[in-house]
Amino acid sequence: MKMKRIAVSSEGPRLDDMVDPRFGRVAGFVIVDPAGDASSYIDNGASQVMAQGAGIQAAQNLAGAGVELVISGFVGPKAFQALSAAGIQIIQYVEGVTVEQAVERFKRGELTVADAPNSQAHEGTGRGHGHRNGQGRGQGARR
Amino acid sequence: MIFAVASGKGGTGKTTVITSLAAIWEGPVTLVDLDVEEPNLHLFLKPKVMRETAAMLEVPVHDSDKCNLCGECAMFCQYKALAIMGKTMLFYPEMCPGCGGCLKICPEGALSPGGREIGRIAEGQTEFGRFFMGRLRVGEAMSPPLMQQVKQRVVAQGSHAEMPGGIEGCVPDDVLIDAPPGVSCPAMHAVMDADAIVLVTEPTPFGLYDFRLAVEAFSIMHKPMGAVVNRDGIGDQGVEEYCRESGIPIWARIPNSLAVAQAYSRGEIVARKLPELNGIFQELKKRMRAAVTVSREVERA
Repeated sequence: MKMKRIAVSSEGPRLDDMVDPRFGRVAGFVIVDPAGDASSYIDNGASQVMAQGAGIQAAQNLAGAGVELVISGFVGPKAFQALSAAGIQIIQYVEGVTVEQAVERFKRGELTVADAPNSQAHEGTGRGHGHRNGQGRGQGARR
Repeated sequence: MIFAVASGKGGTGKTTVITSLAAIWEGPVTLVDLDVEEPNLHLFLKPKVMRETAAMLEVPVHDSDKCNLCGECAMFCQYKALAIMGKTMLFYPEMCPGCGGCLKICPEGALSPGGREIGRIAEGQTEFGRFFMGRLRVGEAMSPPLMQQVKQRVVAQGSHAEMPGGIEGCVPDDVLIDAPPGVSCPAMHAVMDADAIVLVTEPTPFGLYDFRLAVEAFSIMHKPMGAVVNRDGIGDQGVEEYCRESGIPIWARIPNSLAVAQAYSRGEIVARKLPELNGIFQELKKRMRAAVTVSREVERA
């Protein structure tokens, strides 16, 4: 199988850092070269602080970096659409392993490419965050 | 004068306060429900709705024949409503606040204005005065564009001289605005045109926590603010102490009572159902007006 340029959502910049299951609001992506030995890091901090559209911004960053495959935990519908439009394949439900282990699992053919997003759309950080929760009188939690 | 009734925490008694104020207000008053995600004033004020209209947002329509994927629009859009991915232009209508910037910036004329319904605006009459309400379409992520349109309607219908765009020389109604809870964009939007802000809270650690956030968030607007302590008698002294330290006057204390809760749960106006509480709301109204009068004098001086 021809190796692709892979981006893994990660808690840190190294191959032995843990996979972070978030996509849009992850701290950064470890990029693994097609040869599979060299790696680099894309900081996603600017997307993290966006009020909305973090997933779309992250998808644009990855497309700009020539990424062909994303490994992450949960990808929302907007990011999924954006990645798909750029021809980037997506693998979801990966967490609890290191970046390196995730890439190894992919190489062994243990991970399948997704055909639909597995996360609901988020409202962003700009609104409603938290303080609509915990309402006293019969009003449910509002995001 | 325009008053916004707000709170950091939801469920503290905004509706109890605003409906009771409406009931005891002398002189013309307009009631505006800007809690467009969950409007509820109508359940208590029982307005006769004369007009209900769709609130439309101007969003771009993309012409792929004219578009050369230059990406100027996507770069401009701070809301990420537009994105160029590969050879595809993506548009996420629910992210678009309708600012119209992309329509102006597109060098190819590939974007034209289209409309999208984001909610409904109801206008009517209650026994206390005119009534306006916005109701956001279920699933919409942004409420300020709809809130803006409700406000414009208040101005247009009432020629309210004090609202931005109001007509000079017209004797205005007083306006009571029901703001959404919280301290994020919608809450800020609801209070920003007010002359004074009434902050409803309850004397509990939860109440204090969110009250504090509200005071901090709204302070930057330098408007007169006062607190209403609802369900007074429960909890602790935290809210009272915080008000003393931060110089927020307590304009009213509504005692914790089963009768108040019962009246509210039946959709009754508390001040009307329980006339013994009328004095509290009269006093509250007096203090609200006085706060605005004082701040106007200070401004003039």
